[in-house]
Amino acid sequence: MAEQASIDTSAEAGEGVRRRDFINIAAVSFAGVGGAAVLFPLVSQMAPSADVLAQSSTEIDISAITPGQAIKAVFRKQPVFIRNLTPAEIAAADKVDASSLRDPQTLEERTKEGKTNWLITMGVCTHLGCVPLGAGEGEVKGEFGGYFCPCHGSHYDTAARIRKGPAPKNLEVPEYSFISDAVVKIG
Amino acid sequence: MVRLFGPLVGLFFAVALLWSFGNGAYSAITEPAAPTAEHEFHLHPKDVKFASDGVFGKYDKQQLQRGFQVYKEVCATCHSLKHVAFRDLANLGYSEGEVKAIAKQWGTKQPTFDEKSGERAERDNIASDYIPTVYYAGQGVPPDLSLIAKARHNGGAYVYSLLTGYQEQPAELLKKFPDSKTPDGLYYNPYFANLNLAMPAPIASDDQVAYSDGTKATVDQMSKDVSAFLMWTAEPKADKRKQTGWAVLGFLLAATVLAYLAKKNVWADKH
Amino acid sequence: MSFPWANEYKPAFGLTQWLDEKLPLPRFVYNAVGAGYPVPRNLNYMWNFGVLAGFCLVLQIVTGVILAMHYAPNALVAFDSTEHIMRDVNWGWMMRYAHANGASAFFVVVYLHIFRGFFYSSYKAPREMIWLLGVVIFLLMMATAFMGYVLPWGQMSFWGAKVITGLFGAIPVVGEPLQIWLLGGFAPDNAALNRFFSLHFLLPFVIAGVIILHIWALHIPGSSNPTGVEVKAESDTVPFHPYYTAKDGFGLGVFLLIYCAILFFAPNALGHPDNYIPANPLSTPAHIVPEWYFWPFYAILRAFTYDFFFIPAKLMGVLAMFGSILVWFFLPWLDTSPVRSGHYRPLFRKFFWFGLIPTMAILFYCGGAPAEEPFVMLSQLASLYYFAHFLIILPLVSSIEKPEPLPFSITEAVLGKDESAVLNANPAAA
Repeated sequence: MAEQASIDTSAEAGEGVRRRDFINIAAVSFAGVGGAAVLFPLVSQMAPSADVLAQSSTEIDISAITPGQAIKAVFRKQPVFIRNLTPAEIAAADKVDASSLRDPQTLEERTKEGKTNWLITMGVCTHLGCVPLGAGEGEVKGEFGGYFCPCHGSHYDTAARIRKGPAPKNLEVPEYSFISDAVVKIG
Repeated sequence: MVRLFGPLVGLFFAVALLWSFGNGAYSAITEPAAPTAEHEFHLHPKDVKFASDGVFGKYDKQQLQRGFQVYKEVCATCHSLKHVAFRDLANLGYSEGEVKAIAKQWGTKQPTFDEKSGERAERDNIASDYIPTVYYAGQGVPPDLSLIAKARHNGGAYVYSLLTGYQEQPAELLKKFPDSKTPDGLYYNPYFANLNLAMPAPIASDDQVAYSDGTKATVDQMSKDVSAFLMWTAEPKADKRKQTGWAVLGFLLAATVLAYLAKKNVWADKH
Repeated sequence: MSFPWANEYKPAFGLTQWLDEKLPLPRFVYNAVGAGYPVPRNLNYMWNFGVLAGFCLVLQIVTGVILAMHYAPNALVAFDSTEHIMRDVNWGWMMRYAHANGASAFFVVVYLHIFRGFFYSSYKAPREMIWLLGVVIFLLMMATAFMGYVLPWGQMSFWGAKVITGLFGAIPVVGEPLQIWLLGGFAPDNAALNRFFSLHFLLPFVIAGVIILHIWALHIPGSSNPTGVEVKAESDTVPFHPYYTAKDGFGLGVFLLIYCAILFFAPNALGHPDNYIPANPLSTPAHIVPEWYFWPFYAILRAFTYDFFFIPAKLMGVLAMFGSILVWFFLPWLDTSPVRSGHYRPLFRKFFWFGLIPTMAILFYCGGAPAEEPFVMLSQLASLYYFAHFLIILPLVSSIEKPEPLPFSITEAVLGKDESAVLNANPAAA
């Protein structure tokens, strides 16, 4: 009788051990999954908050900018240059053979069709991120009549293309669209 | 040392407390605290149900839109919502275009300051702006309502009760506390902490606001809707909070059951 | 390790072997909270709260560091930045509610941990140092929690700061200059807010340091247990891992269920509505109360309503409030009964359940109630009992009480018999 019982128990124990292992492994895995799930909000909280995202596009009234003038606006907490080019500046930009440039682009590629006079670029030098001069009244426009970055001497032309100096690229053209003739939406 | 001084210190505090107790008891008997009108006539908020009540409750967006309309047409002349941005209204079901239009047409404009000229001016609101603060000439700034529903006990019911609780000062009160007559320029409302407030009943008659969804704009309905709206402005994340809560509790329940079984396994040979 | 039968750490891999020689961190963990720490086998669920308190500290530090990434400690914008966290920061509402309710959870757990200590006399030799360090941790926690509550710069934050720093003003002669120095001004303002933020960030790490000392001191005599009988043999203990890690894991699950239920479904239940009103130095809320975990001490503070001879009531209140916690430091020497556990102390047990516990309940209730009758008189009686309990009753009880017979060993208490006890009593049987 005693022997019988002990055989039974050992058989049960074998079964039981497997089930117990499974439960223990499941419990530890649950703890692991829970810990991993907690990481999600911990990481996500550092991404831009709703108020920052709400300012990821900006509408700007450009009706007051006369040809030859430029304004500095703020887009995503960075300067953006909006320039109303004169016919002479457009001609100067078109005269250059784009393929000879460091970052080959024509003025037409950098503006919207039918609005070639509106040159909208980021005011961030592509070299190391300084703000180039040339948008404000009376500022130096550099050797090519566009923008000049005083940090390391990058010269941009009237289409804001890099012509001289260390910057590798033309001033970046942000995504934008004309909501009307007077309002442009950047971003 | 401790055994000697400990009881002495204990006695010192005990006697000092008995002294305070005795004096307090004596003055409580000889000069009992006088009853006050606030004490006897102040009422707790009415019992009112909102769609967002309870652990399963969710905001009724249709109601929130009506409430927003009441806020815009009635409350916004004096009270701001400085923690709510126009873009947040998209969560009530308004489209991007509608939000833009609401912002543009908003009565109180955004103040601007030109650093070059030193001029102060105004511009239209845009979606990313927060609802601007209203400066109410002569009265100072009436309280901002963004958080009112969390800044009062049982806030939603409180706002509702306050809006629907204006009445004549009870004769009984005047009889008992002749000095507590509501001063001129104030209005009696038993749901307000000190019974008299400077704001006249803002929602005074039916159809003060024209609802577009067919709901009948009774005083009661409008008060309820705007209370619901202010509950949302105070806690805009409540729906997401409860939703997350259920997922978290479900997971934890399963994990805890497993942890219990695992604990039993580990201890199986020790009991 | 003080127990000769403690498992010894044996590195399983080449890497851990190498690490064990250079920096034996795995060995340290193994001996502290692993299989190398023998723990009495009979601990009940009241012994879960130490680990839970440690968890709460980690929770508070993690959520706190995150909140500090978004919060601005400036009186002009502090309130708005808190609302910014609640509305705009991704999961910010969850972080803030987790932190605010985490403070409450921390105090619940620590209060249970302390009262476990009261009932089982965990403060008695050889564990006095663990207890003393624990009281230091509690004081640091109170300071940290108080300063944290000021940060949202709501009405209760502001007036709490004003009232609590005002307590220092009660100290004769140096009180007023001290208060002005603490605040960096004549009333709480930007200077106070900034230093509170700085200290609120610093103190949790100090707490973490003292906790390490607390656990270090614990490992010298080893954990106490519900019988209060010291460990005698290997059969009295089980290794911390897996036995107590499994038990604490289950305890953590239950704790998290309750904590998350509050966090997600009643996150403001433990807070005060007035703190959603921005701080206004010109208007005091109708009745100022601190957070619930301070209520007993706040009740003691307010219980002194009349000057006592030449001592002003305010100073008496401040002395009593600080005294009510400082008295815990002297517990190991006030309670001199050789028996630890309340289970075997009939008289002590009565005073604990029918004296101390109801007193604490009354103090909790009265501290949160308005300062009117009958709450003031109730808190006076309760405070009286509080001091009498620790300073008069405990020393008396420990000298007149006749304890009930103790079990021979932990093993006997658990299994009903202990073979080594039989051996001891009758060596011939071997």
